Amino acid sequence: MHKDLNVKTKTLIHVILIIGAIGMVLPFVWMILTSGKTVGESISIPPQIFPESFRWQNYSKVWNVLPFVSFFINTGLMIFFRIISSTLFSAMAAFAVAKLDFPGKNIFFMIVLTQMMIPAQIFLTPQYLLVQNLGLLNTVSALVIPGVVSAFGTFLLRQFFMKLPDELMEAATIDGANIWQIFYKIYLPLAKSGLISLAIFTSLFAYKDLMWPLIVNMSQNKMTLSAGLASLQGQYATNYPELMAGSVIAIIPMVILYVIFQKRFIQGIASTGGK
Amino acid sequence: MEVQNPTVENTSTKKAKLNTKRNMMFWGWLFIAPTLIGLLVLNIFPVFQTVYLSFHSVSTFGQSTFIGLNNYIKMFNDTNFWKSLSNTLFYAGIQVPITVVLSTLAAVLLNTKIKGLSVYRTLYFLPMIAAPAAVAMVWRWLFNSQYGLINIIIESLGFNADIQWLSDPNLVLWAVIIVGIWSNIGYNMILLLAGLQEISKDYYEAATVDGASKLRQFFQITLPLLTPQLFFVLVTSIISALQVFDVIFVMFDLTNPSLSSVQSLVYLFFHESYVLNDKGYGSAVIIILVLIIMIITAIQLVGQKKWVNYD
Repeated sequence: MHKDLNVKTKTLIHVILIIGAIGMVLPFVWMILTSGKTVGESISIPPQIFPESFRWQNYSKVWNVLPFVSFFINTGLMIFFRIISSTLFSAMAAFAVAKLDFPGKNIFFMIVLTQMMIPAQIFLTPQYLLVQNLGLLNTVSALVIPGVVSAFGTFLLRQFFMKLPDELMEAATIDGANIWQIFYKIYLPLAKSGLISLAIFTSLFAYKDLMWPLIVNMSQNKMTLSAGLASLQGQYATNYPELMAGSVIAIIPMVILYVIFQKRFIQGIASTGGK
Repeated sequence: MEVQNPTVENTSTKKAKLNTKRNMMFWGWLFIAPTLIGLLVLNIFPVFQTVYLSFHSVSTFGQSTFIGLNNYIKMFNDTNFWKSLSNTLFYAGIQVPITVVLSTLAAVLLNTKIKGLSVYRTLYFLPMIAAPAAVAMVWRWLFNSQYGLINIIIESLGFNADIQWLSDPNLVLWAVIIVGIWSNIGYNMILLLAGLQEISKDYYEAATVDGASKLRQFFQITLPLLTPQLFFVLVTSIISALQVFDVIFVMFDLTNPSLSSVQSLVYLFFHESYVLNDKGYGSAVIIILVLIIMIITAIQLVGQKKWVNYD
């Protein structure tokens, strides 16, 4: 757009962007700094920016107060099973919608679009009653259930399959392959980047979800990181260094994932919006 | 190769075609079956069930008694409901425009071929990947009236810094709005940046030759060509803003006297359904929210013809 930007304009742009970036990052920096302070340091006036020496004890203390190991395991299992189940089922459904021709296909796709447009809270109480009737409250299964299939995943992967040529299918049919083989051996590997995007989205949504884990798993050792951390707030209203240490522990796994898969995150999001 | 009898070949292709058709139907249904069943059980049926529950009084174990419109009558007489409704609309009405303007600004600035694009992008997106509980927790600390960083900064700038972000009924919603803006800029910015990158450079070159200023180029070229993405961002932002819950839940305790000035419809739904255990009333609240969202979205879909530019 601006090939001929002069130095002055460029500097101005950087200044604005840096101010914005500081605003984005400052809460995280403050979280980390506070997590290493004593309570006294955190509430000293005038404020003390850096802790005298970084108090790792805050981390070990909060780690012992809450069953973080369970939080990690529960969150990990929830994400793992949701990814396996929803990517496989979404890929199958998306392939059928994009590449096969059969009666009922359009109605099915309408259902997919409808689910995506309705605010999720309307499903919540019936889903809760279902889980309760199945006797699955306070289990990992309860965490997984709303995510076993994904309308969003079906929609996302459909776009990937539509881009792949139909000729692959015709060629394979002549070679005597059945439709499952064509899907599994030919098309699925070609949609790999779509599958990875979906896996990333699935993890991010599941990890960030607060209300569902909060209502189905009330017993602490069945909570997710998100819900577990939220439960910390009541018990510890004033010990901010330990609250911040707990927050750091809870955000670290996603930050690591984000650093590794950054490009995928961004491409995935860019591909969902717009035209 | 032997030459086949044309009539035989004809019937066999017909048969084969019929077979492929049946085959396609079998595989098609097989492939959509898991997702279809899942969506029907987990999403489509629950929509009707929630409507049903909203006309019932629901016990802890899900047994329900028909009470007609009582939940809705209760709701229209419930000051908490009206307060939550106005809080929700106020939140969305302020948060969304500011977020969209700021994320458009960020996207436009990032689309200028300056150095460090990926660094900025990474940093702006960071709030999006943090668990909402952690986000709300740190903001709760930042907003602390005595020791919070925000009041410390305001004081150091020479202003009166006794701002009760989390207890002044006139300010609590603004605190949630600030967190909402901060959380959503990065996501919208990435969507808009993707749109900006699709705009052909030729337009700008032609405009520069004609002597159009950068500002004019922005309003005459960039903005009109970005309208499809802006529309998408606007619709999705409003829908998600109307569902605000997490930040309110973590930043404000049940005992906070200003809770009624900050609670949203989803918060009311959660509180009624799962704290007070009145799932029938909770369902009625959520039905109203869904209707509001549907109406606002429908208005936007109709209104888009006036301003969205699809080529």
